[in-house]
Amino acid sequence: MANRAQIPTNNSALIAMIADEDTITGFLLAGVGNVDLRRKTNYLIVDGKTTVKQIEDAFKEFTAREDIAIVLVSQYVANMIRFLVDSYNKPIPAILEIPSKDHPYDPAHDSVLSRVKYLFSSESVASERR
Amino acid sequence: MAGQSQRMNVVPTVTVLAVIKARLIGATRGHALLKKKSDALTVQFRQILKKIVATKESMGTIMKSSAFALTEAKYVAGENIKHVVLENVQSASVKVRSRQENVAGVKLPRFEHFSEGETKNDLTGLARGGQQVQACRGAYVKAIEVLVELASLQTSFLTLDVAIKTTNRRVNALESVVKPKLENTITYIKGELDELEREDFFRLKKIQAYKKREIENKLKAARQLANEQVSSQTGISTKSSSNMLSAATQKDEDIIF
Repeated sequence: MANRAQIPTNNSALIAMIADEDTITGFLLAGVGNVDLRRKTNYLIVDGKTTVKQIEDAFKEFTAREDIAIVLVSQYVANMIRFLVDSYNKPIPAILEIPSKDHPYDPAHDSVLSRVKYLFSSESVASERR
Repeated sequence: MAGQSQRMNVVPTVTVLAVIKARLIGATRGHALLKKKSDALTVQFRQILKKIVATKESMGTIMKSSAFALTEAKYVAGENIKHVVLENVQSASVKVRSRQENVAGVKLPRFEHFSEGETKNDLTGLARGGQQVQACRGAYVKAIEVLVELASLQTSFLTLDVAIKTTNRRVNALESVVKPKLENTITYIKGELDELEREDFFRLKKIQAYKKREIENKLKAARQLANEQVSSQTGISTKSSSNMLSAATQKDEDIIF
């Protein structure tokens, strides 16, 4: 009964981000940003002019990179590429939906929680109670 | 489904019966073990789910407070803070370490965050608001801790989900395909063996009956012969005339001419 997807033990993996400018600024302040020799960054700032294609490409690139362990995606950005996020089923890197300043966290749209909605009763968080 | 409980194609011998019985015992034991494993995994699954829901809530609040701190810093330090921070990005000082943990037989990933190198404090170009910026940075670092833990929980959750589905599939396969097949094979072999035994028994009986008849026939013939010999001494009976004729045609060795 071997695990088909071997989870590699990584000693230094980065955190990627696809979010709006303010969130990214905050995280960069904390020291999450990384620019490597080829000027490739591990974050993408999404504003009004970013196309869905750009976001898709960034998402695909981040999930394909070996040195990224977590990808933080703002929830409204995740809604734009919902089909990509929902069809993503690799354990690493982990996709995390974070709220942004203008869009508070909405558990009903979270891709992980919606998969197990059937496990929840009607009064719990993940169902569209609020 | 039509072919669901067919039997295996085997030669119905006693050794094969023993082999199949051993296999059935193995399958039953494996089925019980897998069921226990599935139950243990489901318990873990629900626990992780509860933790995830709680952590997501707390993450919501922490992000809100960090965003608030950022707004404060922006207000104090001016709008240039974004550009300053963007310029100053080199290599990440907050990174994530991933390792595997064995939970109920399943390898689950676990992330933990650590900071390597010193945090770049050279925010040149930032004239005022240093304290707010520091506060904002602290808030975001705390947010990252929560986020890393949440990511770790989420990956374990997904991995457990897959593991539970596989185990349940195996349990169902054992229960509804493998075991009925083995049981049917055992019944078939037993039936064939019984029939062979019956055939043997029947043959034995027939041979016994035949032998008995043979013996009876021989006894009757011998008795007849004895009767005739007795009657030939007392007189020629009509029954024996043909016998004497037939005996005459036979060569009598004792008469020597």
